[in-house]
Amino acid sequence: MAMIDEPLYPIAVLIDELKNEDIQLRLNSIRRLSTIARALGEERTRKELIPFLSENNDDDDEVLLAMAEELGVFVPYVGGVEYANILLPPLETLCTVEETCVRDKAVESLCRIGAQMKESDLVEWFIPLVKRLAAGEWFTARVSSCGLFHIAYPSAPEMLKTELRSIYSQLCQDDMPMVRRSAASNLGKFAATVEPTHLKTDIMSIFEDLTQDDQDSVRLLAVEGCAALGKLLEPQDCVAHILPVIVNFSQDKSWRVRYMVANQLYELCEAVGPEPTRTDLVPAYVRLLRDNEAEVRIAAAGKVTKFCRILNPQLAIQHILPCVKELSSDSSQHVRSALASVIMGMAPILGKDATIEQLLPIFLSLLKDEFPDVRLNIISKLDQVNQVIGIDLLSQSLLPAIVELAEDRHWRVRLAIIEYIPLLASQLGVGFFDDKLGALCMQWLEDKVYSIRDAAANNLKRLAEEFGPDWTMQHIIPQVLEMANNPHYLYRMTILNAISLLAPVMGSDITCSKLLQVVTNASKDRVPNIKFNVAKVLQSLIPIVDQSVVEQTIRPCLVELSEDPDVDVRFFARQALQTSEQVMMSS
Amino acid sequence: MNGGGDAEVASPAGPPQSLEWKFSQVFGERTAGEEVQEVDIISAIEFDKTGDHLATGDRGGRVVLFERTDTRHHGFRRDLERMDNPISRHPEFRYKTEFQSHEPEFDYLKSLEIEEKINKIRWCQTANSALFLLSTNDKTIKFWKVQEKKVKKICEMNVDPSRVGNGNVASSSVTAGVKPYLANGVCPERSYNYLSNDFAFSPGGIPSLHLPVVASHETSLVAKCRRIYAHAHDYHINSISNNSDGETFISADDLRINLWNLEISNQSFNIVDVKPANMEDLTEVITSAEFHPTHCNMLAYSSSKGSIRLIDLRQSALCDNHTKLFEEQEAPGSRSFFTEIIASISDIKFGKNGRYILSRDYMTLKLWDINMDAGPVATFQVHEYLRPKLCDLYENDSIFDKFECCLSGDGLRVATGSYSNLFRVFGVMSGSTEASTLEASKNPMRRQVQTPSRPSRSLSSLTRVVRRGADSPGVDTNGNAFDFTTKLLHLAWHPTENSIACAAANSLYMYYA
Repeated sequence: MAMIDEPLYPIAVLIDELKNEDIQLRLNSIRRLSTIARALGEERTRKELIPFLSENNDDDDEVLLAMAEELGVFVPYVGGVEYANILLPPLETLCTVEETCVRDKAVESLCRIGAQMKESDLVEWFIPLVKRLAAGEWFTARVSSCGLFHIAYPSAPEMLKTELRSIYSQLCQDDMPMVRRSAASNLGKFAATVEPTHLKTDIMSIFEDLTQDDQDSVRLLAVEGCAALGKLLEPQDCVAHILPVIVNFSQDKSWRVRYMVANQLYELCEAVGPEPTRTDLVPAYVRLLRDNEAEVRIAAAGKVTKFCRILNPQLAIQHILPCVKELSSDSSQHVRSALASVIMGMAPILGKDATIEQLLPIFLSLLKDEFPDVRLNIISKLDQVNQVIGIDLLSQSLLPAIVELAEDRHWRVRLAIIEYIPLLASQLGVGFFDDKLGALCMQWLEDKVYSIRDAAANNLKRLAEEFGPDWTMQHIIPQVLEMANNPHYLYRMTILNAISLLAPVMGSDITCSKLLQVVTNASKDRVPNIKFNVAKVLQSLIPIVDQSVVEQTIRPCLVELSEDPDVDVRFFARQALQTSEQVMMSS
Repeated sequence: MNGGGDAEVASPAGPPQSLEWKFSQVFGERTAGEEVQEVDIISAIEFDKTGDHLATGDRGGRVVLFERTDTRHHGFRRDLERMDNPISRHPEFRYKTEFQSHEPEFDYLKSLEIEEKINKIRWCQTANSALFLLSTNDKTIKFWKVQEKKVKKICEMNVDPSRVGNGNVASSSVTAGVKPYLANGVCPERSYNYLSNDFAFSPGGIPSLHLPVVASHETSLVAKCRRIYAHAHDYHINSISNNSDGETFISADDLRINLWNLEISNQSFNIVDVKPANMEDLTEVITSAEFHPTHCNMLAYSSSKGSIRLIDLRQSALCDNHTKLFEEQEAPGSRSFFTEIIASISDIKFGKNGRYILSRDYMTLKLWDINMDAGPVATFQVHEYLRPKLCDLYENDSIFDKFECCLSGDGLRVATGSYSNLFRVFGVMSGSTEASTLEASKNPMRRQVQTPSRPSRSLSSLTRVVRRGADSPGVDTNGNAFDFTTKLLHLAWHPTENSIACAAANSLYMYYA
């Protein structure tokens, strides 16, 4: 057992803890691997530390994950890029472990290192590694190898390139579905590095195999490949090879595959271009919108606006809009909800006339939907329609919908509608708001659920910001102050909360003339909870009001509270007093 | 190990292709008069895909693993050995390791005790010689990794452990709780801060520092719980099954089937829900579910009404509508109070190629062709002599016993258990009359039914009650009782060879032919 000088003691401990019993300490050491490497120097890092790490690879997955990550940025510590190959063996081992996240991280680190390596080093070290992994006895190694081809391929000489392509093709036909999945999901990256001539032949035949795989889980990854490959191919090749595949996939037996198509359709349209989109993908999309499986319709409905944006309005009206109408009365509430969340965006695309004629009835029917999420989704996007047709046409139906949501028995629904009130107020204008919604905002202050009362107070603040102090003085402050004497202390507390939120918006004058009085009155409340909240509110008012007001009104009130029998009241009162003293000293 | 010497010839009148079963091994054999501990009773048996490993689970929440001794090497080497040594030996197993998979729990919200009993075990894809398996009790599924780990013995340290610790050797044998470095007040945070990145090391490094040396390379098996799939079942889980895609599995309880991704433990998808809006309308529950062995989109589940439903996951996300329904039409006039109870299917298994499904109800084994939903292709009476006693069996709840069933790897034979520690093996080939009755003991043929073996598909082939041996307790006044307490519920057929593992209470018996 060697004795270590004092200054080296921490680093010595760090090194020893690479093998500590406690996993936390091992993790700690692994995360400081760069420090250890610098302490050992480049040469000993290469000759001792890296082999040491390679040997000790049966650690817990958490430690291995950290190791895989550290090694990815280790090139400087082994002496730069010319020694980068030293790092490959430990990462190669990590590429074969059972835990997916460790393998993924090791592959990521290998790619990072490989991207820096010289071409000759890649041929000498990296490509053999990829080949070894691809021929691995266990599927874990083969899974990892798929993610490395795009680094290995560009620097390979012609012969090796041919070999790598054929290895990849074998991986796509591996017995284990996990390997085929990995090959399918990495195909796009690999294809991007392959020369155009081989792309059309080798890669496309690999791709076709994958699209016919009997495992759904492989086929649905191939859907993503469609978009990636489509972007690499010439437009006419894309139409010839990719488009039929997409159309087939859109009619796949498995709903999961069709779901992927519905989700990816926009990207797929980009890949094939406008004309094939019009002739082939619009019918495919219409089929998806009318799919038997609700999950597929949900995905398709959620893309309706995005899809219409790449079509001309006429096509959208002719083909998509009839489906949208059907979806608006779909049997699945989730489909209607997905539609409601995007449908307002169609208004600018279709223009004023079509919106009024076609979309408006759909909006109105969705606003009356029995499922609150659907109504909320429509209301949340109101601004998009407002720009096109103005709010008047909608406001008739809007109000009952809002009122119903405001009184929904699920508090989360009520909460959601409160969040939209400022948006609605700005869209509907002061006049409409005063008449119809003002009372609701006050009503929420007396809700049974705290979160609603809290949101209601915050809502008042946002309204005050929207409409300005004068309006607030007229329409909010009097009503709020009226409620300050509510017999239930929880509601009195809500008012205190509202005052503290409103005060900064209203400014010093109104705060002093109207609000402060209410707060100081509340300090005589019989409920201690109110009293210490008074202390908190007063503390928040100190920066807003004049120094003289602090001296004459706030401090005496706080002093009184600081002698309250209740310990919490005293605590918060003293805290507020301290703040006031600090403010005085600084001014 | 070779106690099969005095085995009688199986069914003398039977066809020549009947297998002659011999005793191979027993684990946890009970000595005469020894009382069986409840926790030791085996509740699940499962071979892995290669047949090199066998797992059992028990009521005490333990999982015990056995490994095959005669072929211990992986990959092509095993094939070579087989070629060199064509005389096929029957599989022999040895104890490998065991671990506590589940502990008793208490659900505070529902005031329910959750037993630790292992309901099912399923093996997952092996990787890097680490074994993976899923085990479940009534509520919680766990994913286990069993792996050989090096026992580390660190011999060279930078810091003399005796200087910082209390003379402990810093090896893996240090008990948890003794942290050699922290114990003496060395504050690691502070010392690490001191090693901030601007601390300059000489470019050549510090020669006096060296890496710890790991001395011993002994290995030991470690079982680690990698994932826990919990809180997804309101009712008791009766089955789990892996998908052939290697990334998903299902778990089934009385009313629902959930689909999981092995890597994701915090969400699952409900794919079948038979819960009626009003629980008073409940007439049928799910009793067992299994994925098709090769088609990743297909799964079958059985019900308490005796039907099997095949569903196609491709059709929709929630598969409440089955693709195919297999059930047998009830013979008119045969209805009795017990008809529905004994129709309940306790277990279903797909054959290896996925064409056939074997089901077990209380009285019979049925083999179904998934291409023929008109009725089973074969029905085997397991213990028809119990039919007159259904009333007694109902009285003592035995009628609700859940017997498992299994198919041989080649699909030519099926097996299932019965009472008095008996199990039966039937040939399924058309024309086969093979129907053996064996006892889970060192002398499996002792119980050989002496009635001439008739074609097994005919009813009432076993009308005579087997006479009990004098050594068995509990003979009733007629002298022909069956011991309902010794039931052989769990058994498994080796995937590639004619070898059966079955559980008699706490003992695991293995037979070969």
